[in-house]
Amino acid sequence: MKRTRIYGLMAEFETPTDIVNAAKRTHQAGYRKIDAYSPFPIEELAEAIGFHRDGVALITLIGGLLGMFGGYFMQYWIHAINYPTNVGGRPFNSWPAFIVVTFELTILCAGLAAVFGMLALNGLPMPYHPAFNVPRFAFATKDRFFLIIFSSDRKYDRAETWRFLESLGPRTVSEVPS
Amino acid sequence: MDRETPLSERRRAPVIAPGHTFATITDKISSIVLARPVSNAWLVGFGLAGLITMMLLYAIGYLFLRGVGIWGVNIPIGWGFAIVNFVWWIGIGHAGTLISAILLLLRQPWRNSINRFAEAMTLFAVACAGMFPLLHLGRPWLFYWLFPYPNSMNYWPQFRSPLVWDVFAVSTYFTISLVFWFIGLIPDLATLRDRAENKWAAMIYGILAMGWRGSARHWKRYEKAYLLLAGLATPLVLSVHTVVSFDFAVAILPGWHTTIFPPYFVAGAIYSGFAMVLMLAIPIRKLYGLEDFITLRHLDNSAKVMLATGMIVAYGYAIEAFMGWYSGNHFDAFLLWNRLHGPYRFIYYALLFSNIGFPQLLWWRSWRVRPVRLFLISTVILTGMWLERFVIVVISLHRDFLTSSWGMYYPTKWDWMTYVGTIGFFLFAFFLFVRILPMISIFEMRTLLPEAEVKEAE
Repeated sequence: MKRTRIYGLMAEFETPTDIVNAAKRTHQAGYRKIDAYSPFPIEELAEAIGFHRDGVALITLIGGLLGMFGGYFMQYWIHAINYPTNVGGRPFNSWPAFIVVTFELTILCAGLAAVFGMLALNGLPMPYHPAFNVPRFAFATKDRFFLIIFSSDRKYDRAETWRFLESLGPRTVSEVPS
Repeated sequence: MDRETPLSERRRAPVIAPGHTFATITDKISSIVLARPVSNAWLVGFGLAGLITMMLLYAIGYLFLRGVGIWGVNIPIGWGFAIVNFVWWIGIGHAGTLISAILLLLRQPWRNSINRFAEAMTLFAVACAGMFPLLHLGRPWLFYWLFPYPNSMNYWPQFRSPLVWDVFAVSTYFTISLVFWFIGLIPDLATLRDRAENKWAAMIYGILAMGWRGSARHWKRYEKAYLLLAGLATPLVLSVHTVVSFDFAVAILPGWHTTIFPPYFVAGAIYSGFAMVLMLAIPIRKLYGLEDFITLRHLDNSAKVMLATGMIVAYGYAIEAFMGWYSGNHFDAFLLWNRLHGPYRFIYYALLFSNIGFPQLLWWRSWRVRPVRLFLISTVILTGMWLERFVIVVISLHRDFLTSSWGMYYPTKWDWMTYVGTIGFFLFAFFLFVRILPMISIFEMRTLLPEAEVKEAE
């Protein structure tokens, strides 16, 4: 008989406070490969599962700097090097006139870096994820909160972890087939 | 309102009506898209807007065939309706970004129930705006010459020209508005994916949601990216109308060559944008029964923003008139005289009435919280802001320094068909939007509930 691999164990909670407390206790109990799901952003939840640095700001900064220097350099190269045009005796590198486009390209590149950087770090688009195998998980986008302990966690033991999740007072605990 | 309600309650309507939970918010907003049957009223409105869009396509088709000569533009009035409408539409878009970005940074949670459709309004308005300069090009199919790309002519755009700045400002604005709007939609698309009973709907929403599942890690990055985008969109939105005003202010024409243009344009943009937000919000909340989410508080606040920006606009008019006199410049003084006594004087009077006079009624609360009255004021303001652009473009151009180069501008039926056509296109897109996407941000509404707050542990 073919055995389905178990992706992890999932517990369902009813309020934001419950899930944050449960996540904190799970992290304290030494579980590291965990994740929590909520229908709206909860600042404390990411902290509770021990996720602190997101890296989006750095990517945005890099995008913005690229846009800024690239944008200015493009105009400089076009008007001072590749095709210098004398407009009313103004210098070829007439920087005040180049500010607007430099600014717009800074914003454009920083904004696109923020969006695509966030999606890439989140691993989206992701058409399949084992969490969706649990029917109740559809409520994660409505009004329920879920906590998963992945089977890849070093402390993971099916019976032990199940009992631990039960002790957090969830509504249900279920297995996530992968 | 009844007299039993305590005064404090009566003064300040809630942002979200009491009695809602995460589930009821989700069901109420998503059912508009998923469960509500298509009503006859929607069909009629959609069909009408579609017909007007067809008229727009007809006008554009004829324009492609014959060229801009079918419009009323001439020398000296080379800009005409195309630029009037461009500035008007792009100004309308500004309120959407103001609501979604600036009010987010200022921590105004009431924005949560109107930001989604205000952003959609921005997108559609900028799309309408973008059509006009392209159609006005003369050879619109060569629009890509505006962008710097290596080409066989070995030539580049002139980056010292405000018209090239405009290309970059407007295309950046459209792109950033689009991603901002789409990013905001992802969690709600996931909600629709999980709620949809129709297999196809679930699949399409599922593809668009890209596998969003609300992981805490994802939310954290998401919130950071959203905040950063808001921070980037804030200077962007202020810069867009500033750059649009440079199109005028950098020229030496009396009535254009003035330093007050950037702030006065931005204020005017927000003024007309909020008028459009209200013109959309008032019928929508009624027809879709969303009075719980778009409350009188939202109408009141939007009206106050209109009042404030309207006063800035009034200040702009006053300074323009004052400088016409104070500068002692013969041509500036003539511009003022020409506005008040020239052939287009009635347009200037109508502008003063609809942008400065009539909206003063907003000082009275009874005009701010009565939807019908507010709708009326918004209509008048939107008309007034269109007239303002007409005054700026046409009155300044038609009589410049030399009497020999004076002229008159009369719009043709093609001008009107294109203008009215874009309004039809705007409504057409909006009718589609309210049926296929959640017009209120579901996940941001959830955060407004008291139970969304995490209570101190143990």
